[in-house]
Amino acid sequence: MNSDLIVFLILSLIAVAAALGMVFSKNAVYSALFLVLNFVTVAIFYLLLGAPFIAMSQITVYAGAIMVLFLFVIMLLGAESLAPANVLPWQKRLAVTLAVILGLESIYLVVSNARADIVTAPAAALNSMGSLREMAMTLFNQFLLPFEVTSILLLVAMIGAIVLTKREKAG
Amino acid sequence: MVKVDYYIILSAVLFTIGALGVLIRRNPLIIFMSIELMLNAGNLAFVAFSSMYKSFSGQIFVFFVIAVAAAEVAVGLALIVEIFKTKKNINIDEMNSLKG
Repeated sequence: MNSDLIVFLILSLIAVAAALGMVFSKNAVYSALFLVLNFVTVAIFYLLLGAPFIAMSQITVYAGAIMVLFLFVIMLLGAESLAPANVLPWQKRLAVTLAVILGLESIYLVVSNARADIVTAPAAALNSMGSLREMAMTLFNQFLLPFEVTSILLLVAMIGAIVLTKREKAG
Repeated sequence: MVKVDYYIILSAVLFTIGALGVLIRRNPLIIFMSIELMLNAGNLAFVAFSSMYKSFSGQIFVFFVIAVAAAEVAVGLALIVEIFKTKKNINIDEMNSLKG
Protein backbone atom coordinates (compact mmCIF):
# COMPACT_ATOMS: atom_id res chain seq x y z
CA MET A 1 0.00 0.00 0.00
CA ASN A 2 1.61 3.22 -1.07
CA SER A 3 1.24 6.66 0.44
CA ASP A 4 -1.08 7.99 -2.31
CA LEU A 5 -3.58 5.26 -1.57
CA ILE A 6 -3.48 5.99 2.17
CA VAL A 7 -4.11 9.70 1.54
CA PHE A 8 -6.95 8.78 -0.83
CA LEU A 9 -8.59 6.46 1.69
CA ILE A 10 -8.41 8.95 4.57
CA LEU A 11 -9.76 11.79 2.43
CA SER A 12 -12.56 9.67 0.99
CA LEU A 13 -13.61 8.62 4.49
CA ILE A 14 -13.78 12.30 5.48
CA ALA A 15 -15.73 13.16 2.31
CA VAL A 16 -18.31 10.39 2.79
CA ALA A 17 -18.67 11.14 6.51
CA ALA A 18 -19.20 14.84 5.77
CA ALA A 19 -21.78 14.02 3.11
CA LEU A 20 -23.69 11.74 5.50
CA GLY A 21 -23.47 14.41 8.19
CA MET A 22 -24.92 16.91 5.72
CA VAL A 23 -27.91 14.69 4.96
CA PHE A 24 -28.67 13.63 8.54
CA SER A 25 -28.00 16.83 10.55
CA LYS A 26 -31.05 18.17 12.31
CA ASN A 27 -29.81 21.75 12.04
CA ALA A 28 -29.49 23.25 8.54
CA VAL A 29 -26.49 25.37 9.59
CA TYR A 30 -24.56 22.21 10.54
CA SER A 31 -25.58 20.71 7.19
CA ALA A 32 -24.10 23.69 5.36
CA LEU A 33 -20.84 23.47 7.35
CA PHE A 34 -20.57 19.71 6.68
CA LEU A 35 -21.06 20.46 2.98
CA VAL A 36 -18.20 23.00 3.13
CA LEU A 37 -15.96 20.28 4.62
CA ASN A 38 -17.00 17.93 1.80
CA PHE A 39 -16.22 20.56 -0.84
CA VAL A 40 -12.77 21.18 0.65
CA THR A 41 -11.89 17.46 0.60
CA VAL A 42 -13.08 17.22 -3.01
CA ALA A 43 -10.83 20.20 -3.82
CA ILE A 44 -7.89 18.24 -2.38
CA PHE A 45 -8.86 15.32 -4.64
CA TYR A 46 -8.69 17.72 -7.60
CA LEU A 47 -5.16 18.70 -6.54
CA LEU A 48 -4.19 15.01 -6.33
CA LEU A 49 -5.63 14.51 -9.82
CA GLY A 50 -3.54 17.33 -11.30
CA ALA A 51 -6.21 20.01 -11.63
CA PRO A 52 -4.99 22.96 -9.52
CA PHE A 53 -7.15 25.55 -11.27
CA ILE A 54 -10.35 23.54 -10.73
CA ALA A 55 -9.35 22.98 -7.10
CA MET A 56 -9.00 26.70 -6.49
CA SER A 57 -12.27 27.47 -8.31
CA GLN A 58 -13.95 24.84 -6.15
CA ILE A 59 -12.74 26.56 -2.96
CA THR A 60 -13.60 30.10 -4.03
CA VAL A 61 -16.89 29.48 -5.85
CA TYR A 62 -18.39 26.51 -4.00
CA ALA A 63 -16.95 26.61 -0.50
CA GLY A 64 -16.79 30.40 -0.59
CA ALA A 65 -19.53 32.10 -2.54
CA ILE A 66 -22.26 29.46 -2.82
CA MET A 67 -22.10 28.24 0.76
CA VAL A 68 -22.04 31.80 2.15
CA LEU A 69 -25.20 32.43 0.13
CA PHE A 70 -26.75 29.27 1.60
CA LEU A 71 -25.85 30.23 5.18
CA PHE A 72 -27.17 33.73 4.58
CA VAL A 73 -30.54 32.44 3.37
CA ILE A 74 -30.79 29.82 6.16
CA MET A 75 -30.27 32.49 8.80
CA LEU A 76 -32.47 35.04 7.01
CA LEU A 77 -35.43 32.65 6.88
CA GLY A 78 -34.77 31.12 10.30
CA ALA A 79 -34.96 27.70 8.65
CA GLU A 80 -32.41 26.01 10.91
CA SER A 81 -34.85 23.27 11.83
CA LEU A 82 -38.35 22.94 10.46
CA ALA A 83 -41.13 21.31 12.44
CA PRO A 84 -41.83 17.86 10.99
CA ALA A 85 -45.17 18.11 9.23
CA ASN A 86 -47.34 15.17 8.13
CA VAL A 87 -44.45 13.02 6.90
CA LEU A 88 -45.43 9.96 4.87
CA PRO A 89 -44.85 6.95 7.15
CA TRP A 90 -43.13 4.77 4.54
CA GLN A 91 -41.09 7.56 2.96
CA LYS A 92 -37.87 7.03 4.90
CA ARG A 93 -37.72 3.27 4.33
CA LEU A 94 -38.55 3.60 0.64
CA ALA A 95 -35.94 6.36 0.17
CA VAL A 96 -33.19 4.35 1.86
CA THR A 97 -34.08 1.24 -0.18
CA LEU A 98 -34.02 3.16 -3.46
CA ALA A 99 -30.74 4.89 -2.59
CA VAL A 100 -29.08 1.58 -1.64
CA ILE A 101 -30.24 0.08 -4.96
CA LEU A 102 -28.85 3.09 -6.86
CA GLY A 103 -25.52 2.89 -5.04
CA LEU A 104 -25.08 -0.87 -5.52
CA GLU A 105 -26.06 -0.58 -9.16
CA SER A 106 -23.53 2.13 -9.95
CA ILE A 107 -20.73 0.42 -8.01
CA TYR A 108 -21.54 -2.85 -9.82
CA LEU A 109 -21.30 -1.02 -13.16
CA VAL A 110 -17.87 0.36 -12.29
CA VAL A 111 -16.55 -2.93 -10.90
CA SER A 112 -17.83 -5.04 -13.79
CA ASN A 113 -16.10 -2.76 -16.33
CA ALA A 114 -12.96 -2.44 -14.22
CA ARG A 115 -10.01 -0.91 -16.01
CA ALA A 116 -7.54 -2.85 -13.93
CA ASP A 117 -4.27 -1.29 -14.99
CA ILE A 118 -5.26 2.35 -15.50
CA VAL A 119 -4.08 4.60 -12.71
CA THR A 120 -4.46 8.34 -12.33
CA ALA A 121 -0.87 9.43 -12.34
CA PRO A 122 -0.73 13.12 -13.14
CA ALA A 123 2.64 14.08 -14.53
CA ALA A 124 4.55 16.40 -12.23
CA ALA A 125 4.24 19.19 -14.81
CA LEU A 126 0.46 18.84 -14.89
CA ASN A 127 0.10 19.72 -11.21
CA SER A 128 2.14 22.90 -11.42
CA MET A 129 0.96 26.34 -12.34
CA GLY A 130 2.63 25.78 -15.72
CA SER A 131 -0.34 23.67 -16.77
CA LEU A 132 -2.58 26.72 -16.29
CA ARG A 133 -1.16 28.20 -19.48
CA GLU A 134 -2.12 25.15 -21.50
CA MET A 135 -5.55 24.99 -19.93
CA ALA A 136 -6.11 28.65 -20.73
CA MET A 137 -5.06 28.05 -24.35
CA THR A 138 -7.64 25.26 -24.61
CA LEU A 139 -10.30 27.33 -22.88
CA PHE A 140 -9.88 30.45 -25.01
CA ASN A 141 -9.33 28.74 -28.35
CA GLN A 142 -11.35 25.56 -28.52
CA PHE A 143 -14.03 26.51 -25.97
CA LEU A 144 -14.36 30.26 -26.56
CA LEU A 145 -18.04 30.21 -27.55
CA PRO A 146 -19.21 28.18 -24.49
CA PHE A 147 -17.18 30.55 -22.31
CA GLU A 148 -19.01 33.60 -23.69
CA VAL A 149 -22.38 31.82 -23.41
CA THR A 150 -21.59 31.18 -19.73
CA SER A 151 -21.08 34.90 -19.16
CA ILE A 152 -24.51 35.61 -20.68
CA LEU A 153 -26.01 32.86 -18.47
CA LEU A 154 -24.53 34.47 -15.35
CA LEU A 155 -25.91 37.87 -16.41
CA VAL A 156 -29.38 36.37 -16.95
CA ALA A 157 -29.23 34.65 -13.55
CA MET A 158 -28.26 37.93 -11.90
CA ILE A 159 -31.13 39.82 -13.52
CA GLY A 160 -33.50 36.96 -12.70
CA ALA A 161 -32.56 36.96 -9.02
CA ILE A 162 -33.08 40.74 -8.81
CA VAL A 163 -36.44 40.62 -10.61
CA LEU A 164 -37.69 37.73 -8.44
CA THR A 165 -36.96 39.43 -5.14
CA LYS A 166 -37.92 42.98 -6.16
CA ARG A 167 -40.90 44.24 -4.24
CA GLU A 168 -43.69 45.43 -6.56
CA LYS A 169 -44.74 49.03 -5.99
CA ALA A 170 -48.31 49.22 -4.82
CA GLY A 171 -50.84 50.64 -7.28
CA MET B 1 -0.91 5.98 -8.01
CA VAL B 2 -4.57 5.51 -7.25
CA LYS B 3 -6.70 3.53 -9.67
CA VAL B 4 -9.19 5.67 -11.55
CA ASP B 5 -11.92 3.20 -10.58
CA TYR B 6 -11.56 4.19 -6.93
CA TYR B 7 -12.35 7.79 -7.79
CA ILE B 8 -15.36 6.71 -9.85
CA ILE B 9 -16.64 4.55 -6.97
CA LEU B 10 -16.20 7.46 -4.53
CA SER B 11 -18.08 9.68 -6.98
CA ALA B 12 -20.91 7.11 -7.19
CA VAL B 13 -21.11 6.92 -3.38
CA LEU B 14 -21.28 10.71 -3.02
CA PHE B 15 -23.94 10.89 -5.75
CA THR B 16 -26.00 8.24 -3.96
CA ILE B 17 -25.80 10.14 -0.66
CA GLY B 18 -26.98 13.26 -2.50
CA ALA B 19 -29.92 11.38 -4.01
CA LEU B 20 -30.76 9.98 -0.56
CA GLY B 21 -30.77 13.53 0.81
CA VAL B 22 -33.19 14.68 -1.87
CA LEU B 23 -35.54 11.77 -1.11
CA ILE B 24 -35.37 11.82 2.68
CA ARG B 25 -35.32 15.49 3.75
CA ARG B 26 -38.26 17.91 3.70
CA ASN B 27 -36.29 21.15 4.10
CA PRO B 28 -35.91 22.72 0.62
CA LEU B 29 -32.55 24.27 1.55
CA ILE B 30 -31.11 20.85 2.44
CA ILE B 31 -32.59 19.35 -0.73
CA PHE B 32 -30.81 22.12 -2.63
CA MET B 33 -27.52 21.32 -0.85
CA SER B 34 -27.96 17.65 -1.76
CA ILE B 35 -28.31 18.65 -5.40
CA GLU B 36 -25.04 20.58 -5.09
CA LEU B 37 -23.46 17.42 -3.63
CA MET B 38 -24.61 15.41 -6.65
CA LEU B 39 -23.20 18.02 -9.08
CA ASN B 40 -19.95 17.83 -7.15
CA ALA B 41 -19.84 14.03 -7.43
CA GLY B 42 -20.26 14.36 -11.19
CA ASN B 43 -17.43 16.89 -11.30
CA LEU B 44 -15.15 14.49 -9.43
CA ALA B 45 -15.76 11.81 -12.06
CA PHE B 46 -15.06 14.34 -14.83
CA VAL B 47 -11.73 15.36 -13.32
CA ALA B 48 -10.75 11.72 -12.71
CA PHE B 49 -11.37 10.87 -16.37
CA SER B 50 -9.58 14.05 -17.46
CA SER B 51 -6.55 12.93 -15.48
CA MET B 52 -6.80 9.41 -16.95
CA TYR B 53 -6.88 10.61 -20.57
CA LYS B 54 -4.33 13.42 -19.97
CA SER B 55 -6.73 15.90 -21.53
CA PHE B 56 -8.00 19.29 -20.37
CA SER B 57 -11.53 18.93 -21.79
CA GLY B 58 -12.91 17.33 -18.64
CA GLN B 59 -11.50 20.09 -16.44
CA ILE B 60 -12.98 22.77 -18.70
CA PHE B 61 -16.36 21.06 -18.53
CA VAL B 62 -16.12 21.12 -14.73
CA PHE B 63 -15.37 24.84 -14.92
CA PHE B 64 -18.62 25.36 -16.85
CA VAL B 65 -20.55 23.16 -14.41
CA ILE B 66 -19.32 25.32 -11.52
CA ALA B 67 -20.47 28.48 -13.32
CA VAL B 68 -23.90 27.00 -14.05
CA ALA B 69 -24.22 25.81 -10.43
CA ALA B 70 -23.53 29.35 -9.22
CA ALA B 71 -26.27 30.72 -11.48
CA GLU B 72 -28.66 27.98 -10.37
CA VAL B 73 -28.07 28.72 -6.69
CA ALA B 74 -28.65 32.45 -7.17
CA VAL B 75 -32.01 31.92 -8.88
CA GLY B 76 -33.07 28.99 -6.66
CA LEU B 77 -32.41 30.81 -3.40
CA ALA B 78 -34.23 33.89 -4.73
CA LEU B 79 -37.23 31.64 -5.44
CA ILE B 80 -37.09 30.11 -1.94
CA VAL B 81 -36.94 33.57 -0.33
CA GLU B 82 -39.89 34.70 -2.45
CA ILE B 83 -41.93 31.60 -1.53
CA PHE B 84 -41.15 32.24 2.14
CA LYS B 85 -42.37 35.84 1.81
CA THR B 86 -45.68 34.67 0.31
CA LYS B 87 -46.38 31.57 2.44
CA LYS B 88 -44.41 32.37 5.65
CA ASN B 89 -43.32 28.71 5.53
CA ILE B 90 -40.88 26.78 3.38
CA ASN B 91 -42.03 23.25 4.07
CA ILE B 92 -41.67 21.40 0.77
CA ASP B 93 -45.00 19.59 1.23
CA GLU B 94 -46.89 22.88 1.17
CA MET B 95 -45.42 23.98 -2.16
CA ASN B 96 -48.14 22.35 -4.21
CA SER B 97 -49.57 25.25 -6.19
CA LEU B 98 -47.95 27.55 -8.73
CA LYS B 99 -50.05 30.55 -7.75
CA GLY B 100 -49.69 31.62 -4.12
